Amino acid sequence: MHDLIPLSPLGGAAPQVDMFDGLQIREVTDRALASVAARLGHEAVCQGTLRALIGADLPGPGQSVEGSVQGLSYAAFWTAPETWMIDADHGAHELLAQDLAQALGASASVTEQTDGWCRFDLEGARVCDLLERLCAVDVRMMGQGGVTRTALHHIGGYLWCQAPGRRFVVLGSRSSARSLHHALVETARSITG
Amino acid sequence: MTVQINRVDGGRVDRGQRIGFTFDGVRYEGHPGDTLASALMANGVRLLGRSFKYHRPRGVLAFGSEEPNALVELRRGGRQEPNTRATVAELFDGLEARSQNRFPTLRHDLLSVNDLFSRFLTAGFYYKTFMWPRAFWERVYEPMIRRAAGLGSVSLEDDPDAYDKGFLHCDLLVIGAGPAGLMAALTAARAGVRVILADEDFEPGGRLLAETHVIGDQPGADWAGQVLDELAALDNVRLMPRSTVIGAFDHGVYGAVERVADHLPAPASGTPRQIFWRIYAQRAVLCAGATERPIAFANNDRPGVMLGGAVRAYANRMAAVPDRRVAVFTNNDDGHRTAADLIAKGIEVPCVIDTRADAPAVAGTDLFAGAQVIGTRGRLGLRAMTLRLADGSTRQIDCGALAVSGGWNPNVQLTCHQRGRPQWDDAIAAFVPGDTLPAGLRVAGAAAGRMSTHGALESGAGAARAALADLGHATVAPDLPRAEDAPVRLQPFWHVRGARGRAWLDFQNDVTVKDVTLAHQENYVSVEHLKRYTTLGMATDQGKTSNLGGLAVMAELTGKSIPETGTTIFRPPYTPVSFGALAGRSVGRAFHPVRETPSHTWATEQGAVFTEVGDWLRAQWFARPGETHWRQTVDREVLQTRRSVGVCDVTTLGKIDVQGADAAAFLNRIYANGFAKLPVGRVRYGLMLREDGIAYDDGTAARLAEDHFVVTTTTANAVLVFRRMEFARQCLWPDLDVQLVSTTESWAQFAVAGPKSRALLEKIVDDVDLSNDAFPFMACAEVTVCGGCRARLFRISFSGELAYEIAVPTRYGDAMIRALMQAGEEFDVVPYGTEALGVMRIEKGHAAGNELNGTTTALNLGLGRMVSKKKDCIGNTLSERDGLNAPDALRLVGLKPLDPGDPVAAGAHLMAEAGPVDAGHDQGYVTSAAYSPVLQTPIGLAYLKDGAARMGEVMRLVNPLEGTEVRVTVVSPHFVDPDGGRQRA
Repeated sequence: MHDLIPLSPLGGAAPQVDMFDGLQIREVTDRALASVAARLGHEAVCQGTLRALIGADLPGPGQSVEGSVQGLSYAAFWTAPETWMIDADHGAHELLAQDLAQALGASASVTEQTDGWCRFDLEGARVCDLLERLCAVDVRMMGQGGVTRTALHHIGGYLWCQAPGRRFVVLGSRSSARSLHHALVETARSITG
Repeated sequence: MTVQINRVDGGRVDRGQRIGFTFDGVRYEGHPGDTLASALMANGVRLLGRSFKYHRPRGVLAFGSEEPNALVELRRGGRQEPNTRATVAELFDGLEARSQNRFPTLRHDLLSVNDLFSRFLTAGFYYKTFMWPRAFWERVYEPMIRRAAGLGSVSLEDDPDAYDKGFLHCDLLVIGAGPAGLMAALTAARAGVRVILADEDFEPGGRLLAETHVIGDQPGADWAGQVLDELAALDNVRLMPRSTVIGAFDHGVYGAVERVADHLPAPASGTPRQIFWRIYAQRAVLCAGATERPIAFANNDRPGVMLGGAVRAYANRMAAVPDRRVAVFTNNDDGHRTAADLIAKGIEVPCVIDTRADAPAVAGTDLFAGAQVIGTRGRLGLRAMTLRLADGSTRQIDCGALAVSGGWNPNVQLTCHQRGRPQWDDAIAAFVPGDTLPAGLRVAGAAAGRMSTHGALESGAGAARAALADLGHATVAPDLPRAEDAPVRLQPFWHVRGARGRAWLDFQNDVTVKDVTLAHQENYVSVEHLKRYTTLGMATDQGKTSNLGGLAVMAELTGKSIPETGTTIFRPPYTPVSFGALAGRSVGRAFHPVRETPSHTWATEQGAVFTEVGDWLRAQWFARPGETHWRQTVDREVLQTRRSVGVCDVTTLGKIDVQGADAAAFLNRIYANGFAKLPVGRVRYGLMLREDGIAYDDGTAARLAEDHFVVTTTTANAVLVFRRMEFARQCLWPDLDVQLVSTTESWAQFAVAGPKSRALLEKIVDDVDLSNDAFPFMACAEVTVCGGCRARLFRISFSGELAYEIAVPTRYGDAMIRALMQAGEEFDVVPYGTEALGVMRIEKGHAAGNELNGTTTALNLGLGRMVSKKKDCIGNTLSERDGLNAPDALRLVGLKPLDPGDPVAAGAHLMAEAGPVDAGHDQGYVTSAAYSPVLQTPIGLAYLKDGAARMGEVMRLVNPLEGTEVRVTVVSPHFVDPDGGRQRA
C-alpha cells in the first residue's frame, strides 16, 4: 500500500459540505469514473459485456442507468455515440478502468476519468433555484436519471438528475473545483439569503 | 420636513406608513407605493433636473420607464447610481436622491448660460464649430466637450452588490401585466402550461392601476388583483414583477432584468441587487402597452408640463398631482379623461384646449375647441400659458400644470429587435407591429394598437390561445368580463406652428422642431441621418416620447407621409441596463474560472508567485528569503536544476488519450512525422501542421500499448488540438477505429530534471530499473510509485538535462510533489517555475508558442525534414508551396550580444551590420529572449532569413519602439549541450 495521501478537489483531506436553508452542497470524492467507448465494429460485444458488468442495459442519449452486480452498485450515463461514463464506488473500484479494460478486451477503449472531475452533489428543495442561476438547462423538467453536458458559470461539466427537483450531481473539471464551488456557494447564498 | 401639499384622496399608496427621503439634501416624506417622482410631486417639488445641453429646468414628464426628464442620482459611495429615472425609482426609507447636471445648485445653475447661446448650439454644432485648428480637436475641444457633456456622475468606487444571471424556461412568456398581459397569462395558466408573466412595474396591473375603468362589476385594479391572486396560486406560473424584458433575441430567447433589491437601501446579505435572466420561451406575447406622446409647442419643456395619461396615473394610482390647478391640452378624447378624473379628485381644471374644432364638451370645465397652446411662462416651473383660440385671438390662463396628450404610440420596440419594421395605422395615427415579428412572438393589447380595455382583454386571450394552439395545447376561451370599449377619436396634431420660442421634441437630448427643420434644410432628410445629425431619440430613453414627433415634423417638411418617411430601428435594450447586471458574478477574481494545478496548495506554501496561463495559475518562480529580484530567483532555479535536480508541475500540458485499433494510423495522419512504427514503451516528439502547411502545435506521443497512445500538447493549445483531433476523427476519417479522451485533468504530472533526476526517481519509483540501458531517453512505462500508487513515467526533456516526467492520479499530486521534494533533499532538489522552464528551453533551443506563432513552418523551425514525404498528413501538401520554401526562408537561430551587458529584446528586428534600418531591409526578428545564467549573457531565439547559413555573422538588433540598437552574433539556437549528451546520459 502506498503512502501518498489524496487531496479532495477542493484541497481538503476530507470532502467539504456546505449547508444552506433548503440546500446542501456536498463535495464527493468516493466515486470512481471510467469512460468506455465501443470500438468500431465491436459495439454489440461491448454493450453485452458492459451490461453484464454493471447489471443494466446501457442508456441512450441524455440518460443514465443504475445497476448492481454481486452486491456492488454501478451507474452509467451516455456521453457520446457508443460511449458511456461508468460510475462506481471508489473504495471497491479504485482500479475501475483497469478492471473494465480487462473485461472488455479489444471491444472497447477504456479511459480512467476518476480524477478528471470534481463532483458536487446538490440536494434540497432549492436545488432548481440554484441551478437556474448557473446553467441554461431546463432543470425543472429534467427527469429521473437525466444527464446533460452544460456549462455552469463558464465551467464545462455534466449535470445529472438523480431525483427530479431534489437531487442533482454536478461534474466539473477538477482543476476548476474551487471556482465551481465558489459559484455554487455564492449562488446558494444568493437564493437563500 | 415639508407638507405633502399635492397629495389627494384615493390612490394605492399606503398612507398608514410614512417613509422619509431626501432630495438635494432636503428631507421629505412619502408612502410605500410611491415612486420618487410621485413623492416629490406630492411634496410640491416640480423642478427635478437640468437638461443635457441647454441646462433648461426640467420636471417630470411621464409616469413610467419612458421618462426623459426626471433623471437623478441615487445613493452614495459604491451604490451611487446616476441617470436614474425618478419615475421608476421606488421610494424607500432613507432614499437619498440628488439632481444632476447643475452647478452650484438646481435652482441657480451657472451652465444655464448655454440656453442664452442656443441659437448657436443647434444640430450639428460640434461638427461645424470645432473644425479648426485641426490639432485642437484631440487636446482641447474633445476634453472640453466631454467635461461639459453628460448628466450624472459616478463615484468610481466598486459596486459592493452582487448581480446574478440566470436562465428560465417556459411555454409562454407574457411581457407586461396590464389587462392584455393578465388575460393572456390567465388563459395560458388555466391550460396548465408553464407561464412567465414579467412586468417592469413593482405592482403589476398596468393601466388598470392608473384608470378608473370598471371590469365586470369591479374596479379594474381589483380585477387585476384577483387575477394575480389566481396566478400566484398556480405552480405553473412564475410572476416576475420589477422585471423588464429588454430584448427579443434569436430562437425565442428574451433578456430580462429583475430588480430584486433596487427598492431597498441595500440587498439582504448575499442576495443580488439585480438578476439578468435569459428566458427561453416556446412562445411569447408582447403586452407592453403604449406610450403617450407630447405635442410640441413653444417652451413646452417647463416643469409642470406633463403627459396627460401620466397626470391621470399620478392622481389615480399615486394620489399625487403636479398642482392644484391643471389645464389639459389634447388632440384626442383621452385628454378629456384626464380632465374628468382630475375634476373627480377635486382638482381645478381651468380649461381643456383641444386642437379639434369638433371636440366634444367636457363636464365641469371650459372647452377651447380648435385652440392651441402657443407659449408658457414661469422661471423654474409653469405659472401660466398662452392660448391661440380658434378665432385667432390669444388668451392667457394661469395654471401650475398642463396635461398634454398627442395620442398613444404602441410599444412595438421588441417586435423590431430582429429587424422587423412596424407599419402605420391611420386609425390611431401611430405605428403598430408589422408582419415580420420575431419567431414565436405575438402582440396583444395597446402594443398591438387595441387601445380599449375590452380590446386588450380580448386580444390578450386570443394571442395566448393562438400561441398554445401552435404548441398543440387545447385551451378554453375564457369568459371575457365586460369592459370599456371606447374607440380612439384623434386628429393627428404634432406641433404648434406660428409661435415664438423653441418647441421641444426630444427632452432628454434637447432637440427642437427647429433642429429638425435645420436638418431638413441641410438635406439630412433620411430618418437615420436625421437621428444622428440632431441626436433625436439617441438618449437613454431611445426617444420613446420623441421619435414620432420628429418623424412627423420631417414628414411635413418633405411633403411625405409619416410611413413614407420611415422609422429608425429599435435595438435592445428596451430600457437602460446597468453594467453590473451585464457582468453578473464575472467580476474581480471571479472574472473567469481559475484552473489550479495539483501542486497549487504546496506551491502557495512555498511562497510561489503565480502567473496566468489561460485559466491556469502556474507557479512562475519560488522566491527565497534574501532574493530581491525575480532574476536572482530564476537564475538560482536554473543553475540548481542544471547542477543537481529541479521539479516543476507540468500538469497544464494537454494530455489526450488515443486508443483504438487504428490509433497509430490516426496519429500518422495528424502529425507531420511518422508514428506508425513507434515501438511500445517509447515516446516521440511530434509536430502538427495546419491544413495550410503552417506549424500548428508540437508535443509528444507516448505509446503505452499497440492500441494506446498518450499525446501531449502545449498548454495553450490543449483544447484546440483536442478539438481538431476530434474533428478529424469524426469527420475526416470516420472509418478509423480510434477513440479520444482528454485526460489533462486526470493526471498530475511533474518534470524532474537535472543530472540527479535519476537518483531522485529511483527513490520514488517502485522496482523499475531506470538505468540508461533499461530506460533510455524517450522511454515510457506504466509504473507504480511510493509503494504501489499507479503512475506513468516518461523520459523526456524540455530543459535539455537528463529528465523525466512522472504522472500520478491527480488526487495524489499534492502528495507526489511533497514526496519528490523530500526524496530530493539529499540531492539539493529545487522547485522551479515557468520562468526557469522558459530560460532552460531557450538555452536548449526548444521551440514554444513564441516560435509556433501561426506564421512559421517546419522549415522555419529547422524541422523541415520532420515533414515525412513517405506518408500523408494534415498540411503536408500545402507545406510544399513555393512561398513557404524560398531559398532565403526564415530559419531559427540563436543570438548573443557582442557585449554581454546589452539586452536582447523579444520582438526586436535584425538588420545588416551596416545599411538602412527599415522594413525593406528587415532580416528577421527575435521570438524569445532570456538571460542565460549558464552563459552569463542575454540570449535570444530568432527567425533570420537563410539563418542556418549565417552562423557567426554580426548583425544589428534594433528595437525602434524603444530606440535601442545592439550588435549581436548569430549562433546555433542550441546554446546548451548542442549534441544532446546530457539528456541521453
